[in-house]
Amino acid sequence: MSTAWPLWEVFVRSRRGLSHTHVGSLHAPDAELALRNARDVYTRRQEGVSLWVVPSSEIVASDPGERDAFFDPADDKVYRHPTFYDVPEGVEHL
Amino acid sequence: MTSFDYVLALADDALVSAQRMGWWISRAPELEEDLALANIGLDQLGQARSLLSYAGVVEGAGRSEDDLAYLRDDRDFRNVWLVERPQTDFGVAMARLLILSAYQGELYAALARGTDPTLAAIAAKAVKEVAYHRDHARLWTLRLGDGTDESHARMQAALEGEWPHVEELFAPVEGAVVDPSTLRAATLARIESVVHEATLSVPDVAPAIGGGRRGLHTEHLGHLLADMQHLHRSHPGATW
Repeated sequence: MSTAWPLWEVFVRSRRGLSHTHVGSLHAPDAELALRNARDVYTRRQEGVSLWVVPSSEIVASDPGERDAFFDPADDKVYRHPTFYDVPEGVEHL
Repeated sequence: MTSFDYVLALADDALVSAQRMGWWISRAPELEEDLALANIGLDQLGQARSLLSYAGVVEGAGRSEDDLAYLRDDRDFRNVWLVERPQTDFGVAMARLLILSAYQGELYAALARGTDPTLAAIAAKAVKEVAYHRDHARLWTLRLGDGTDESHARMQAALEGEWPHVEELFAPVEGAVVDPSTLRAATLARIESVVHEATLSVPDVAPAIGGGRRGLHTEHLGHLLADMQHLHRSHPGATW
């Protein structure tokens, strides 16, 4: 019976102004209890001020097998980092 | 004047319930529920500690929270029967928590507005904790009551078993800051609304004799105390 509980991903906002961060997962029979369980499992030491729970089955993830195609092309594009560019002296408001 | 017996009654309800809640650690249906019940038990233990410390002050005999928790015998405990009986069925644990948290919610809210500043401060903190206990018990009562035929029948049976012990919560205690009988209507209304929402029915059973407030207990309390106190009594002053 216990294995019938679906898996949920938990996101915690640790402070106002920060974004929610994935902290782990848990089992719960429904959304309402998933939120309660998240409170008990992940915020019992004052870790957060806001919680999101998302059914793990709803998360669309990139395929580890396609990692090269997905991420390698960015390796040699250093010009995408702002630090690639020299700022001429004397430029204001930048 | 706040009486020693009154503070003990509040403290012992919380302490004994915490001890019963601790039984569930590693035994709940899921790890997540293990943690939830442990959290609830620890909230109650925290309330018990503050209340026992204050009971020691009220008594004025120099007894600490540990002295009161570990070195009293069952006849000196003032908790109600509701909390001292075993709860090794999850439905029973939730039915009992539904009743206890409804009562404690009303109790702590009234104490927070009450005339005793120490109890008011302890209660103000406990109100938020108990609101969560009440929510937890409600959600499970709804799911079990309005679940399968099996869970419905077991939840109803759990309620029938706990219901005779509801009245004792409202029995008079000398030196009470909040007259327990004034909590009755609001407590019952809260419990009964959840019972109805869960498609269960409010049991029609005669109240048990009770007597916990006078130190008269079921046989179960002695066993619970043996478990809870044996380490401290075998190794006085042990710390870790």
